[in-house]
Amino acid sequence: MNLVDLTAVELAEKIKGGEVSAREALEAVFRRVEEKEELLHCYVTLDREGAFKRAEEIQKKIQAGEAAGALAGVPVAIKDNLCTAGMRTTCSSRILDNFVPAFSARAVEDLEAAGAVILGKTNMDEFAMGSTTETSAFGVTRNPHDPERVPGGSSGGSAAAVAAGECFFAIGSDTGGSIRQPASFCGVVGLKPTYGTVSRYGLIAYGSSLDQIGPLTRDVRDCAAVLELIATHDKKDSTSIKREDTDFTSALRTDVEGLRIGVPRDYFGEGLDKEVKAAVLKAADTLRDAGADVEEFDLSLVEYAIPTYYTIAAAEASSNLERFDGVKYGYRAEDCQGLHSMYKKTRSQGFGAEVKRRIMLGSFVLSSGYYDAYYLKALRVKALIKKAFDHAFRKYDVILGPTAPTTAPRLGESLADPMKMYLGDIYTISANLAGLPAMSVPCGKDAGGLPVGLQLIGDCFQEKKLLRAAYAYEQAVGGFGTGKEA
Amino acid sequence: MANVISDETIEYVGVLAKLELSPQEKEAAKKDMADMLDYIDKLNELDTTGVEPMSHVFPVENVFREDVVTNGDDRENILKNAPGEKDGMFVVPKTVE
Amino acid sequence: MMGKQYETVIGLEVHVELATKTKIFCGCSTAFGGEPNTHTCPVCTGMPGSLPVLNKQVLDYAIAVGLAANCEITRYCKFDRKNYFYPDNPQNYQISQLYLPICRNGWVEVETSGGKKKIGIHEIHMEEDAGKLIHDDWEDVSLVDYNRSGVPLIEIVSRPDMRNAEEVIAYLEKLRLIIQYLGASDCKLQEGSMRADINLSVREAGTEKLGTRTEMKNLNSFRAIARAIQGETERQTELLEAGKEVVQETRRWDDAKECSYAMRSKEDAQDYRYFPDPDLTPVRIDDAWLERIKAAQPEFRTEKMARYREEFGIPDYDIEIITNSKRMADLFEETTAICGQPKKVSNWLMGETLRLMKETETDAEDIRFSPENLAKLIALVDEKAVSTNVAKEVFEKMFLENVDPRAYVEENGLKAVSDEGALRKTVEEVIAANPRSVEDYRGGKEKAIGFLVGQTMKAMQGKADPGTVNRLLKELLS
Repeated sequence: MNLVDLTAVELAEKIKGGEVSAREALEAVFRRVEEKEELLHCYVTLDREGAFKRAEEIQKKIQAGEAAGALAGVPVAIKDNLCTAGMRTTCSSRILDNFVPAFSARAVEDLEAAGAVILGKTNMDEFAMGSTTETSAFGVTRNPHDPERVPGGSSGGSAAAVAAGECFFAIGSDTGGSIRQPASFCGVVGLKPTYGTVSRYGLIAYGSSLDQIGPLTRDVRDCAAVLELIATHDKKDSTSIKREDTDFTSALRTDVEGLRIGVPRDYFGEGLDKEVKAAVLKAADTLRDAGADVEEFDLSLVEYAIPTYYTIAAAEASSNLERFDGVKYGYRAEDCQGLHSMYKKTRSQGFGAEVKRRIMLGSFVLSSGYYDAYYLKALRVKALIKKAFDHAFRKYDVILGPTAPTTAPRLGESLADPMKMYLGDIYTISANLAGLPAMSVPCGKDAGGLPVGLQLIGDCFQEKKLLRAAYAYEQAVGGFGTGKEA
Repeated sequence: MANVISDETIEYVGVLAKLELSPQEKEAAKKDMADMLDYIDKLNELDTTGVEPMSHVFPVENVFREDVVTNGDDRENILKNAPGEKDGMFVVPKTVE
Repeated sequence: MMGKQYETVIGLEVHVELATKTKIFCGCSTAFGGEPNTHTCPVCTGMPGSLPVLNKQVLDYAIAVGLAANCEITRYCKFDRKNYFYPDNPQNYQISQLYLPICRNGWVEVETSGGKKKIGIHEIHMEEDAGKLIHDDWEDVSLVDYNRSGVPLIEIVSRPDMRNAEEVIAYLEKLRLIIQYLGASDCKLQEGSMRADINLSVREAGTEKLGTRTEMKNLNSFRAIARAIQGETERQTELLEAGKEVVQETRRWDDAKECSYAMRSKEDAQDYRYFPDPDLTPVRIDDAWLERIKAAQPEFRTEKMARYREEFGIPDYDIEIITNSKRMADLFEETTAICGQPKKVSNWLMGETLRLMKETETDAEDIRFSPENLAKLIALVDEKAVSTNVAKEVFEKMFLENVDPRAYVEENGLKAVSDEGALRKTVEEVIAANPRSVEDYRGGKEKAIGFLVGQTMKAMQGKADPGTVNRLLKELLS
């Protein structure tokens, strides 16, 4: 048995039972990192020393019979936009190249309290702006299923690390699909919770009203187990919601009897790859066979989600990224003539092209004379989109469709045409606009051997329904085999 | 319907966003922004008369903290990443002439 | 040819630092005087990943001020981000309120030589203060201290209802009193806990349309405000006379040079791109909340003055002075409650207290002695345990250090000699030593006794009751 073939929950049980030590698990995962990292480049920062030290501490606790946490000794990879105290946090941007936070994100603290061992920080699109992880200032991450292809993004490093066995599970963030789309491209499970479920404290903001932290895992059980740990109310995040129903693992039932699943016809139109379509519809059949009531319906407004999203996200990003100015932390340009020259040089040299593009757009849509026409208009359409979902969830428990229109594209293909790249987010974005939970689970592969993702969207606070459907599907297909053959 | 972004607009947005674009970047920015705005203009197909702009998805209201001091002196950590530091303060280029 | 007549139109934007213990969005102390950046945390220094959480006390204060200024309270209000780059602003956006400010459409009444007048209040909104920039000329850099960053402010925006400096100052005094009475701020212009920006325009007298206005900043005293209003009125009038246009701009007043200069630069587009802050939730104020604030509103000055007239029978002039400061009024009431002698309390406040305040340049809000100690001092005088002169000496010590007068008198041996035998002996000695004065007195010069009293007091080192000395002298000389 290779230890890295275990899921996070399986490994935690073995460590708890004394069958495997935290150190052995860590050694196994670092062996895998050594084999694969040079090619794949999942990580921006690896903290071998810190991880082994931490594993020792955990092991001591276990041996002393102390409570060491639900995931004691399990190695985890953290997306590099979550602050980690004392560990470099860059958002894959030159402007934060040397930034070492003094505090950890709440989600990171929750994982540490559960005994997880942080391996390092994963590569991402710069400030989470992108769908391929190619906008990283520190080089691309490659898809473990085909190194000539992108892992998706923006949580591409996290998804690839899980798929390649360079960690047991990972944490990502999702503003418009940034957990689900790379999960789909890399053949792993990814979940974006209901807005407000996971504290955003310590997550370096991109689009504050859309950002959510979530797990990327090998299977549905791990997904539920990790979500259970990070779904905690946080007084430091005003948008954090106090939930009583966070026992997500209780939803792992194999039956979907009576679960009402809606398949939006508008998710299967133009632009959807044939093989993706076939795989997703087959998954719907599987769930129907397992007892779910599956039917097609019209969701409406799907084509308005992307322009709405890019207006809101760019506007918020333009403001959120103002603090990167060379004054308090991060990069500062040399040879500046005065204050404004320092601001401009620092930001122009510190940010990459895609980030600058969105900051410019965001500044424009908020500027005098355009606020109403663009920003407020987008907030109104957002209200309509939310209403369309509210309507759909009166009839259905879960909405089922593809996560992305295609499987992973080749490196370099997407950045050449940003508009096309933006269109790739068409199925994932609405869940962020409406604050809904949504997850991606593997549902087969295309002819080229690239994974296809099945997206399940639930009503607010209905993660359990998603997990139940996902788990039943996973059981019905005999598991995803993630990380084992990639 | 096609949007055309002028040099002045790009210049102006650059001042707002504190970004200094090279001549090539400016040309690219003009085109990118125009393309995006054309796309965003699609929203005008929808009649949103009477629809309240939705800035927060959930009706969560009145999240407060009590007026109690919880933080002590954390200056060392606050200044740790500063590109320039002097006498416990952040150094910036002179702000007055 | 007759020159045109011009009218000055003034509106004010008044920033007031609220007296909360902590900042508006984090648990850092608002205390003054800490070493640079020692009252800071990730939130008020704009660290990546930090998030704001609203201090409830800020809302309570803002609502209380709004109610006192006859405003409508916005039952559903939000915070917006005001985006602009400046190093004193760590996020490069300030959290403020534009679209739904907490208070709107209020007024306060002021009284000037021109009579009573209502000044309209357009709105009051909440926002965060900026940090402080210190200019290091030696190294030609500026240094940033974020201790003040995130201190809660309310900005009170008036309507353009004022016409001269007298009205402006009366309006500011009125706001100061209301806010001090509420305990919402100490409102010190010099220390910056109250700051006024002046929007001023000039128009031909009798016309309706407002002229182009300028905004004047950096006014730290009433004197500076009066001078800036005069200076800016003259500047604008000269421009209009010369057929030139006033440029809408922000100007900075230099009180030393008595002139202002434009602050605008091409890097300052004044396009703040306001939008609702997604990190903060909206605030909904229900009836119960409003009622709670209303119930806790204190007695304001006008009501207090009426009550004083009714209850205490002290002169109107005293009432005027005492109620002009919350601290004074509190001292008066609390001391009177202990000793039951309003006139005596008022005398101490109007006399020695005002004198020492002036001498030591102390603001009424900073008076340190306690009502208990003032009551004790009054009792000491009543008991004839100290003479008036000694009492004044003790009061000075009390004013400066809030000493306990009884203990102080005891420790320093200032107690009046009440043993009449000892006093009688001194009086006899004084009579013996001053035959000329004795003769004068006996010869009908009543005033001569004053000299003898003085000599006796001197011999007693002030520790005698002058009334008793007087009585003994008359007795012995008759």
